[in-house]
Amino acid sequence: MVVESHETDGEFAGGGLGHTSRSPIVTPVFTDMVSSQTESGLLSSEGESQRTQYPYVTGTSVIGIKYKDGILMAADMGGSYGSTIRYKSVERLKQVGKHSLLGASGEISDFQEILRYLDELILHDNMWDDGNSLGPKEVHNYLTRMMYNRRNKFDPLWNSLVLGGVKNGHKYLGSVSMIGVHFEDNHVATGFGNHLARPILREEWKEDLSFEEGVKLLEKCMRNLLYRDRSAVNKLQIAKITEDGLTISQPYSLKTFWNFGAFQNPTVGAEGSCC
Amino acid sequence: MPKEQANWSPYDNNGGTCVAIAGADYCVIAADTRMSTGYSILTRDYSKICKLADKSVMASSGFQADVKALQKVLASRHLIYQHQHNKQMSCPAMAQLLSNTLYYKRFFPYYAFNVLGGLDSEGKGCVFTYDAVGSYERVGYSAQGSGATLITPFLDNQLKSPSPLLLPAKDAVTPLSETEAIDLVKTCFSSATERDIYTGDKVEIVVLNADGIRREYEELRRD
Repeated sequence: MVVESHETDGEFAGGGLGHTSRSPIVTPVFTDMVSSQTESGLLSSEGESQRTQYPYVTGTSVIGIKYKDGILMAADMGGSYGSTIRYKSVERLKQVGKHSLLGASGEISDFQEILRYLDELILHDNMWDDGNSLGPKEVHNYLTRMMYNRRNKFDPLWNSLVLGGVKNGHKYLGSVSMIGVHFEDNHVATGFGNHLARPILREEWKEDLSFEEGVKLLEKCMRNLLYRDRSAVNKLQIAKITEDGLTISQPYSLKTFWNFGAFQNPTVGAEGSCC
Repeated sequence: MPKEQANWSPYDNNGGTCVAIAGADYCVIAADTRMSTGYSILTRDYSKICKLADKSVMASSGFQADVKALQKVLASRHLIYQHQHNKQMSCPAMAQLLSNTLYYKRFFPYYAFNVLGGLDSEGKGCVFTYDAVGSYERVGYSAQGSGATLITPFLDNQLKSPSPLLLPAKDAVTPLSETEAIDLVKTCFSSATERDIYTGDKVEIVVLNADGIRREYEELRRD
């Protein structure tokens, strides 16, 4: 028995944002008249829900892997508005405190709100000034509780998150979905990454990858996503977090190969073509 | 204007199967370690088993976020109980608490399918089986989750449960030894793994007896 959830990031029923927005109906309330029409006017408070219904600007997959010295994470820099690739410089990998790295897919504005919450969390943690600091495991738990509680109120933060980090030599890599489903593993991915990247990682990930091997593996996954995910853009960042600290790379592009025989002179032999 | 429909579901089924068998002086609780969503596997190594008290172990499958929240609520309530009563909760007491906790959310349920296993106050094995809203019953053995329909008829055949119509009431706990029961559980899971796509990877088996609590794993098919 499978309960299908319609919340995969960036892909939502209705095919894009071509619909007309539902504006709130504002009508004067006549206290001495009983309206024979349906809801509007007297019952206008019931009409519009202020809860999240669907995402608007979305990021696609994030992939994370454990390697010898810590965690490597990759995400492209696209922000899609339905079927349009509206923004091409969205940073979807961000530092959280001293020990953690957060990558997000889904609604970008909700990600920004999550960063604000985490900012406050880290601030209060620092203000104790007790030498202790929140590690990735704690931050992951905080995010899980936050996502689950919003889901309980039927007003989810429309994101799938990847949280990775190292503290006291222990590497941690976890994932949280918009309804609070969470787990940790040696490699995680969100959205299309689950379908296109995880199988590659299951085959090729191993314990104690070197940094170069890890980057090569992530690039292989990102290239696969670039070919097959329509919301992917060829501008990505790779972030590395180790005991010593965090580095997020400058944006760069992947080399792609399109020289397949079938793509050359595609109309040869076709009905109505010149050759 | 008709009421608008949400286009997302607050629930998901992350799959998995749980089994528990009660013996004369032991209890076996087992669950697979696969976590899925839709037709994808999220992870092959996720534990569905939670030790709630010294003599109570719960295995839950269904919607993982709800399962985790339920485990946290029960663990928290047990801690309060310990502070107030200066002792551990007995398994039948925990059974009632779980039922009440589930019914509390009768109108927005925990999508969790639970089996609670442990030792009662006499040291005999006990198993309690639940639905998502807290309806429960003490039984000699039970299976819940995606593979339950495959396992339950097999356990019915193997464990020859006495008719509940008999008087005086006959014991439901199995006369099998602990080793035989564990072997039976392994057979249940390898069979369920063959036909249920949501069951597989590994089975985690927890055994509770007078000596304490121990855990073992058995590999299952990963396809």
